[in-house]
Amino acid sequence: MEMSEGIAARFRVNFGAFNLDTDLRLPGTGVTALFGPSGSGKTTLLRCFAGLQRAARGHLTINGDCWHDDSRKFYLPTHRRPLGYVFQEASLFSRLSVQRNLEFGMKRVPATERRVAWGQAIELLGIGHLLERMPSGLSGGERQRVGIARALLTSPRLLLLDEPLASLDLARKQEILPYLERLHDELSIPIVYVSHSPDEVARLADHIVVLDQGKVLADGPLAETLARLDLPIRLGEDAGVVLEGTLAERDLQWSLARVDVGVGVGGESLWVRDTGTPVGHRVRLRILARDVSIALQRFDSSIVNSLPATVLDQGEDNHPALVLMRLQVVKEIVLARLTRRSAAHLGLSVGQQVWVQIKAVALL
Amino acid sequence: MNLSPDDWSAIRLTLELATLTTILLLLVGTPIAWWLARTGSRWKGPIGAIVALPIVLPPTVLGFYLLVAMGPDGPVGHLTQSLGLGLLPFTFPGLVVASVFYSLPFVVQPVQNAFEAIGERPLEAAATLRAGPWNCFFTVALPLARPGFITGTILGFAHTIGEFGVVLMIGGNIPEQTRVVSMQIYNHVEALEYGQAHGLAGGLLVFSFCVLLVLYSFGGGRRLWK
Repeated sequence: MEMSEGIAARFRVNFGAFNLDTDLRLPGTGVTALFGPSGSGKTTLLRCFAGLQRAARGHLTINGDCWHDDSRKFYLPTHRRPLGYVFQEASLFSRLSVQRNLEFGMKRVPATERRVAWGQAIELLGIGHLLERMPSGLSGGERQRVGIARALLTSPRLLLLDEPLASLDLARKQEILPYLERLHDELSIPIVYVSHSPDEVARLADHIVVLDQGKVLADGPLAETLARLDLPIRLGEDAGVVLEGTLAERDLQWSLARVDVGVGVGGESLWVRDTGTPVGHRVRLRILARDVSIALQRFDSSIVNSLPATVLDQGEDNHPALVLMRLQVVKEIVLARLTRRSAAHLGLSVGQQVWVQIKAVALL
Repeated sequence: MNLSPDDWSAIRLTLELATLTTILLLLVGTPIAWWLARTGSRWKGPIGAIVALPIVLPPTVLGFYLLVAMGPDGPVGHLTQSLGLGLLPFTFPGLVVASVFYSLPFVVQPVQNAFEAIGERPLEAAATLRAGPWNCFFTVALPLARPGFITGTILGFAHTIGEFGVVLMIGGNIPEQTRVVSMQIYNHVEALEYGQAHGLAGGLLVFSFCVLLVLYSFGGGRRLWK
């Protein structure tokens, strides 16, 4: 039974000691992050998507189009696949100007199949002032933006990004992330994004595939997967969840901003530090388990965000003294870390109504 | 410096031979260099060694075997005869064929080095930008390998001009046909015409020096024997 929508990717690759073995169903829109330590097979998997690495056994369909099916000996070579690929280093053609780099892929796509306009790509990546330059005269961040625009201009049906920020320093990363967020918000092209950076994943991904040693440890929608107790995926130093919301109000007097999480009736609001994000913008919040505590009643405290919640279940943490508690806050799930003794002392049980107090909410 | 009409004829013949040989070398050598630069085949070693043989082999040895192969009883000779082309030894076309073998490594090696220096990445990037294999080769690989082609062209041309042993073995000393500059110098020396020999030998010396000067000044020469 074949899904016509979405991405189905089954690959088996053997490189001596390393084996990649995946069987994935990914959404046909939004950003899917391939997350895992180096050597986990993220880049190999991405190269299988692109046809740069030919899997011994493979099957790949992208929103109904088959690109690889070994059962009927079908394999579309890379240059016939309507994809965009951004390498770790931008890999611009050093002898061509920025303009001619951008044209390289675009002019090889028939005019009738171009859906991304020249001006749109230039504007989206903010590279209008660079067109006359040679790649050697660009900063690392500028080069990467040109690389992304060059890929976009082929009007890809799948955009593959291989750690596009890995070769950049922190300041350059901060410079590019907003552009990547715009790709996510303004284009309907599905993106597969390789990263080992928790921050990038938390900010950009809608869907996450966690890889380790060539195997898929977990995959699913970001918020849901991060909140799994059987396999707490540590984004950075700690377990936690990522919530999506809308910036609803800015309180200039106290330099706070209100984010409405969950849409429609029964949404909840969280107060975060005001970072200048305009009202109405979609934002992401990260709440780490260690910043969430549980109380049986609501009481006055210095903690700004205190919300009613239901205990869902509890799981092991990385030390016998600690437990991770999964709680439902209206429609969202948060993780809380507490000591086993506190859990026993409060007499927490599944289904119990409690209050969660969130000490810190990071606006991503 | 007085050059006789025979000297001029030898010079013209030499330039024709070198030009034609260089063109053929680029056509034959480029695919070989591309294959050697990118293949993972176990034949890479043997083929690479065969291509490089003329660097170490005495030209007389190469010339001897070419003479045998192209002669009436050799395989190439059989082929050319059955095609109605006659025999190649002691003809200008025969000299061209021999020169291509003789100068092959001087074109293949710099071009192969240049192709290897490109690496996979630009070609992969081009493939993701819809460029097919031939398109990649002509629009990405060739422009990036240009320094290697310049070096290979200059060396192939210069080395063909300087060949003697191979010409002696299979070309002989036929005026207007196979009597190239190096043969003419030999003839002058045999006839004790040292002044005439100086004219041509000095010219070759200056030519060779200028070629190498250009190569080494632009940095190509240092990478040549990598």
